[in-house]
This record gives sequence, structure tokens and C-alpha cells, in this order.
Amino acid sequence: MDIVLDGVSKIVNGEKHINNITLKIESDTTNVVLGHTLAGKTSLLRLMAGLDRPTTGQIVMEGKDVTGLSVRKRSVAMVYQQFVNYPSMSVYNNIASPLKMSGLSASDIDQKVRKVAAMLHIDNLLDRLPAELSGGQQQRTAIARALVKDSELLLLDEPLVNLDYKLREELQVELQDIFKERNAIVVYTTTEPSEALMLGGNIVVLDEGRVLQTGATPYVYHHPATTRVAQVFSDPPINYLPGVVHGRVARLGQGIDIPMEGHLESVPDGKYIFGVRPNHLFLTNGSGNKAEIRTKVALAEINGSETFIHVSHGDTHLVVQEDGIHPRHIGSDLAVYVNPCNFFVYNETGHLLASPFQCE
Amino acid sequence: MNKWENNRAWLLTIPVLIIVAFSAIIPLMTVVNYSVQDIFGPGQRIFVGTEMFRSVLHDYRLRDALWRQFLFSGLVLLIEMPLGVLIALAMPKKGWSVSLALVVLALPLLIPWNTIGTIWMIFTRPDIGLFGATINNVLGIPFDHTASPIDAWITLMLMEVWHWTPLVALLAYAGLRAIPDVYYQAAKIDGASPWATFRYIQLPKMRGVLTIALLLRFMDSFLIYAEPFVLTGGGPGNSTTFLSIYLVKLAVGQFDLGTAAAFSLIYFLIVEVLCFLFYQALQNVGKGANP
Amino acid sequence: MARIEFDDVAHSYLRNPQKEMDYAIKTIRNVWDDGGAYALLGPSGCGKTTLLNIISGLLTPTKGRVLYNGIDVTALPPEKRNIAQVFQFPVLYDTMTVYENLAFPLQNRRMGKIEIDQRVHEVAEILDLTAFLKHKAAGLAADAKQKISLGRGLVRSDVAAILFDEPLTVIDPHLKWHLRRKLKEIHEQLKLTLIYVTHDQMEALTFAEKVVIMYEGEIVQTGTPEELFENPEHKFVGFFIGSPGMNFLRCRLDGNVVYVDGERIKLEAKTADAAQKALGELELGIRPKYLEVSSTPVENGLAAIVKNIEDLGSYKIVTILFNDKTLYARLPEDIPVARGKAWIVFPPQKIKLYSDGRLLK
Repeated sequence: MDIVLDGVSKIVNGEKHINNITLKIESDTTNVVLGHTLAGKTSLLRLMAGLDRPTTGQIVMEGKDVTGLSVRKRSVAMVYQQFVNYPSMSVYNNIASPLKMSGLSASDIDQKVRKVAAMLHIDNLLDRLPAELSGGQQQRTAIARALVKDSELLLLDEPLVNLDYKLREELQVELQDIFKERNAIVVYTTTEPSEALMLGGNIVVLDEGRVLQTGATPYVYHHPATTRVAQVFSDPPINYLPGVVHGRVARLGQGIDIPMEGHLESVPDGKYIFGVRPNHLFLTNGSGNKAEIRTKVALAEINGSETFIHVSHGDTHLVVQEDGIHPRHIGSDLAVYVNPCNFFVYNETGHLLASPFQCE
Repeated sequence: MNKWENNRAWLLTIPVLIIVAFSAIIPLMTVVNYSVQDIFGPGQRIFVGTEMFRSVLHDYRLRDALWRQFLFSGLVLLIEMPLGVLIALAMPKKGWSVSLALVVLALPLLIPWNTIGTIWMIFTRPDIGLFGATINNVLGIPFDHTASPIDAWITLMLMEVWHWTPLVALLAYAGLRAIPDVYYQAAKIDGASPWATFRYIQLPKMRGVLTIALLLRFMDSFLIYAEPFVLTGGGPGNSTTFLSIYLVKLAVGQFDLGTAAAFSLIYFLIVEVLCFLFYQALQNVGKGANP
Repeated sequence: MARIEFDDVAHSYLRNPQKEMDYAIKTIRNVWDDGGAYALLGPSGCGKTTLLNIISGLLTPTKGRVLYNGIDVTALPPEKRNIAQVFQFPVLYDTMTVYENLAFPLQNRRMGKIEIDQRVHEVAEILDLTAFLKHKAAGLAADAKQKISLGRGLVRSDVAAILFDEPLTVIDPHLKWHLRRKLKEIHEQLKLTLIYVTHDQMEALTFAEKVVIMYEGEIVQTGTPEELFENPEHKFVGFFIGSPGMNFLRCRLDGNVVYVDGERIKLEAKTADAAQKALGELELGIRPKYLEVSSTPVENGLAAIVKNIEDLGSYKIVTILFNDKTLYARLPEDIPVARGKAWIVFPPQKIKLYSDGRLLK
């Protein structure tokens, strides 16, 4: 079963929350919708679920037009950010609630509930009330309730954002396994690029109600089609330097000369934006680093096992990510090295012209 | 969120619609019908167009009743709103005393309205009333609400405030309880005085409930009938004849249905317009445009 | 500026606490140095917000004393302690403009108008809020609102410490960088004592000079981010710091070597020595970053199976099955590794041994 959104828009009070989206989502896939807050992720999910009706456009599931169909008639399950459970029902009854309407026998329901509870490690909490559970346990209950229906469409709206960071790590791994076992379309929204990379599958990059890029997550990560996609899909933020290509040399920023070799050969003369990820800027001049950027240190942040150094090159702010501990004084001069094969090249309208391949 | 589904549950509302039609819409249409006629008796009526409305607008007794009504509602709002908020601020926030306070506060609201009129009528009687006897005989101040208009107004205001301030207090209390603790914590850290905390945190966050309280109290006081009628009957003289009392006199006493109907519609319009203005004003307080 | 001390502070939310379990904070003794940037890190429910509120005076501890520069302030309310607190979601005076919000704490302390104006502009400059001073505070984005909350603390020049209770919770990830950087800049510039509560290790480690790890009402370890990473003194610290957390394997000591399910792993001499005194069961800990994985045979390599590889952009997380135990390794993006048979190496200098959850040293 697949879903197709065709020219879908949602206008609320004159504001375009969703702006003409056309999207096809294949069955049996995990799809991550990545975007900043207010990009339209929740609106998109609500349209897919049938909680809202699109202002224009059609939604087609398995060839059938479901645009006018109410959410109760669709095979949809949804998990929210704020762990939503029926407060007066036990965990068992919470999980069983979607099945009670379906006319299954009590023993069938019991079997399904226990199976899903075991999958989410809450089978020992079945007779507790939601108020007696921790945040992580409440969210697992909500997820269990969504999974027990075996619906064809499983929607999760930033379900882990209100949880402890460590709990989030645990659940991300568990959810991955759970999604693999399902024969459903899973759509999962998040603002964190690392979460998108963790879950894998396909990605839909959303910004201001528009789809910027879709594709397999690792592919989109390594080939962001526009500067905006690279910005949204980067944590820490990607570094940009304006540059001019003349002859076979690019002059970036203030006096940085890059030979246009390898994947940069095909770029014609002109003005461009060069992008490089923080972990491809180095503090030592290893092999292959053919260019040096002179910078001043603005801040060094130490993470325990890596260091993020915020530097400025003229007016441009850059972030360098290096393994190990490298404290630097604010205001000190720092030479940063880069290998040209790690550059993304974007033209002046922000479209990708060249992206790095595996470099030696 | 727009519900666009074909939901058969809507059919369950048909009985309600029928009842509302009978008890509200059809009578309202009847009033509109009467307002354009001059009615002498059952079966004797002539169509007079807008003449009723014109005569209503020229009736000096009606205008007096209207000013009296505005004065009354104005005083009510001026006293009850601040008093209700003060009571809400003073009420306990935790523990068993909360329930006790809420029950005691709600008691005046539970008494039937004409009983309230009777209670206060007896309470202020100079001969047998506790209040009346104390003031007249013990304190030596002459006080008779049946004889002096000022005394009648004082008694009316006391009764009204006693009766309805608890509603404002309860609504304000609910509004106060909804304010998250962090705001008070931040205010403490900022060194804010209790007045500053009230002005910048509590009052703005109570805007919603206070709007409701204001609208309810305005509408109810503007339409008031039972309590003043039982207490003073509209007297002494005309001093406490409010709009609804006068209207009833017209319609039932004088059987002047046409005039009464015409004025009912004007009355209805005044209340609607004023409520709308109040609501808009309150919604826009505190909302500034960003430069 | 203040040096804050905790002298045997304990706190219970119950009226008559009997057992240790009834206490949300269990007997803490700690010193926060003047001008230091501290993070209070721990999972939900560990007591960090309670601790913060005890420091600020919003909560009076059941037992013990709180000292500012040696003076007992346990009974003092927050407004007398010269602290500022920034909460989880922005707390603003909605009816006021940004300027008025920032000026509010100074007005309450009866400062002169000209001084207030100067101070407000200084702080607005530091926080990049100068353009918004005339705007109504209620209409701004979440990160600007949090900056205003922070500004209300900075505007008081006598402020001793600024306390943060998970302040970046409502901020978008890409804006968190800017705010964290701002906080660091402010710390460098103004040298204030900053105490930052969070459950996010990234925030804690990038912000703080020293991190205090809390677990179930107790301070488990205090140290620099590097110390916590390299030498976790408690299994919980090993688990909580690092993404993914430390790998733990039960093992048996034999001279200079440990045996894990019969497999032989060499130890450094000093690690082995420390372990000789151990009484309880031994566990071997190694961070995913230091676990070496190779798809081709290596010297000293132990046989294992790579079950899963996750490409996370600048690094990979490899799930490994070692006998019947699951281990995680964190490899740089350019190291090649494939599913299936593999060889893992436990570098002796990176192995830590734990007994009863505590580091042996």
C-alpha cells in the first residue's frame, strides 16, 4: 500500500502551512520527515492521517482517493510528542482500546496486547495507570497503542523529543527494529539530523511547507541538492564560503586558493558557494589537505571525546569538528586545513553542482 | 479543525432543536410580530408599523428606567469585579481549606433568586430584621428601604454583591490556579513586589476568565428582575424600577403588548451591542502591534 | 560572584521522611567555585532541579546548610540571594516590551532611570537583542524569549550566580548552537558562576568546565568532560556519558589478563594491579570509540560478527555480536567495515575494570 500526495496545500488564515506538495511514499518503508520547527511537519502528518483536510490537492492511498475520508475510516495510527494516553485506564486497557472497536474476541485482544507490550518492554506494567509511569514508559504505552492496531500507516510526530537523551538513544534503537518487522508505511518527523541518520530509510526534507528533497537518507546526506537542504540536514551546521572560480583555481573567502581538481573539474568559471562539513576541516596539515584557511578562534567547545572550534574567517563563521581534546584560547590565530575533495559546490541560486566522492 | 464528515450523531440534536424552536424562536417571532401592532385586547389589534418603536423612544419613564439600569449595572461591575478578584487572591491554595472555602463561597449562588429578595427584605426591616433593627435601634441611624430611595439602593447593592460576587471570585480563582508556578518563581527572583506580581503576571493571565466574569455579570445585572421586584417592587416610587420591571408593568400590568414588545427588541439589541463592545475591548487589551 | 557550598544538604518532599528512599536529595557535600561554569547532568528524576532550587532559595532543604561565600543563606529567600534563574520554558512579562522586561529587576531594586537605561542597553548588546527592545516580548521566537529571560539575570550587576534549568528544551537544534555559544561568551566575558542543569550530555559537556553527574539524588562524579569520558568512576557515568555509552562485559581476572566467556584479553599492568584488591564480580568496560573493529584478521583480534552498521554522517555505529553479548563500536567514517565476520581488539590502555559498579584504580 502506498500513499501519494498530489499538489497538496494547506492554507490556514492566509498562511501556507503546506505549499503544493507532491510526494509518493512506497509501502513497507520507513520515512523520516526532517525540518525545523514550524516547517510544516505536523501539518503534513495530520493531512496524511485525515485529521485535517487539504485546502487543495488530493491524497491517494493504494489508488483510492481518500482526500474526503475521515480518519476513523482510514487504517492509521499516530503517536504524539506529548505522551497521550487515557489517564483513567490501565496500561493494558490503553493498549487494548483501539482493538475493542474492531470486534475481536477477548482472547485475541489479550494475545495481541501482550505481544506488543513485550516488544516495548512494558509487559510488567500492564495494570498501572499512566500517571504512575515515567515519561519513557508512558511514551512506550502510546507507541504500543499505535502498534497494536496493525494499521497500514504509522505516523510518529517527534515522539522522542520530550524524553531524556539516553532514553531517546535506547528507544531509537528499539524503534528501528520494530519498524523493520512491520508491513506498514512508517512516517516519523524530527528536527534532529542525527535522529534521521539513525533511523535510516528514506528522508523527506521539509522547509516552510515545501519538500526540498527526498531520497534514501544516506544519499541525501551526502548529496544535499540545495544549500538550504545542507543547512537543515547538518548538525553542527555546515560551513559555507563564497568563492570565485577562474581558470582552474577557486578563490574562496580571503585569499584561500583551491585547485579545481577531481570532482571540481567540471565546474565552469563563475561565482559559487562552497560548502564543507565541520568534520572535514582539520587542525593538522595531513596528506591531501591542499588549502589553508587562516582564522581566529571565537570559541572552543569540548565534548569529552571531540572538540568543536568556532572560528571566524573575516566575516564568515566556521565550525571545525576534531577528534580529541584541543583547547584553544579565544582570539588566538588558528590555521585550518581542508582537502578540496570535500567541498560541495553550489551555484548562486543555491543548487548543487558538485559533491564530494570518497577521497583518498 | 473542520469536521466534514457525515456523522449521523447530528440527528440526535433534532429533539433539542424542536424544543429550542418552541421555547425561544417562535416566542421571539411572536414578540417581533407584536412590536409592529397596537393591541387593545385579545383579538383587537391593528398594524401600526414602526409607531410603537417611535413612541418607545419618546417615553420619558422608559428613559429614566434605562439610566437607572445603567447606573445599577455600572455599580455592580465596579464593586463585584475588584472584590471578586481580591477574594480569589485571598483564598487558600492547597489542602482541605480549599474545599471548605469553595463551598462557603458557592452558597449564595445556590439560593433561588426570589428567595434572596425575600431574605434581604426581611433582613433589613426596621422592626424584625437583624440588620434593620441593629442599624435603627442600636446605632440610631434611620434606615428604611421602603421609604428612602437611597436606603433602597443601598439594600439592593448589598444584596446583589452578596449574591453574585462569589461567581466572580470562583472564576478568578480558577484563572489564578492555572498560572504555572515558574512565573511566581521568576517574579520572586526579579524582586517583584506583590503588587507588581499582581499587575504583570496574575492580572494579564486572568484576562480570559475575567472577560467571562464581566460579560456574565453585565448581562445578568442588566436583565435583573426577581430580586429587586421581591425586595422593593420597583419602589419607593420609581426609584428602583429597572428596565425589566418596567417592561413587565407595561406588558402584564397595562397590557400594552405592542409597546412592550417593541421595547423588548430594543432591550435585546442594547445588551448584544454592549456585550460585543466589552468583548472586543477586553480582547485587545494587552495586545500591541510590533513596530 | 560567589562561592557556593553545600554542607550535608538533604531534602525530602515528604513531611516525615524515615528511610533514605524518602529523600529526593541524599546528603550532598559540594563546592561550586566562584566564576566556574558547572553542569548538573543526570537522567529525569535524579534530583537536579531540586538541587538547583535549593541553590536559588526557591526550596529550603530539609537538612543541611547552603553557604554563599561562607555565609549561611539557607533561610534567605531568592530575592535576597542575588541569583538569577532561567527556566525550561521562557518566562516573560507578556504585557511588557523587551526593554521593560530587562529593566524590571532593576526597577524593583529602585535603581536610577539613567543607570537602568545604560545597563539594559549593555545587556541587550551582549545578547543581540538591541533591535528588539521596543517590541512586545510576547511576539518573539522562543530563542529570543529565552535570551530575554537570561538578560533579566545579567542586567543585575551584583548577581552572584546564574542558574539554568534545562533552558534549551524548547529551542530548535540549529539554534541551540548559537545560544550555547552565547552562554560561553558571556561566561568568558563576565566571569559569573554559572550552574546549568540538563539531561543532555552534549549540552553539559560543551558548556561546562566541570560536570557534576547526579543519579538518584546523589552526586556520582564531578570532573572535567575529559575526566568523565576517560575515567568514569562509576558504571553509571560510563553509561550516561558518551554516545553510545560504555560497553560492559563480565570477566574473570587471572594475573595480567581477564577472561570474558573464555576469551583472553590482555590488560595493562596497573589496571591488573588495581583489580587484585577487588572483592565483588568484575566487569570490563570499554568505550565504543576505543573498541577496534576490522573486517580482516588482525593480531590479538578476537572473533566476532558485525550485525549492523549505521552511517551517521561523520561516524559509524557498528553493532557487534561477541559470543552472545552485544557490543557497540564507534568508528570514523573513512574506516571500512562490512557485515559478517570481523575481528575486534580491546586496546589494553583503554580498558577499565569495575567492581560493584565502581572503578578500580
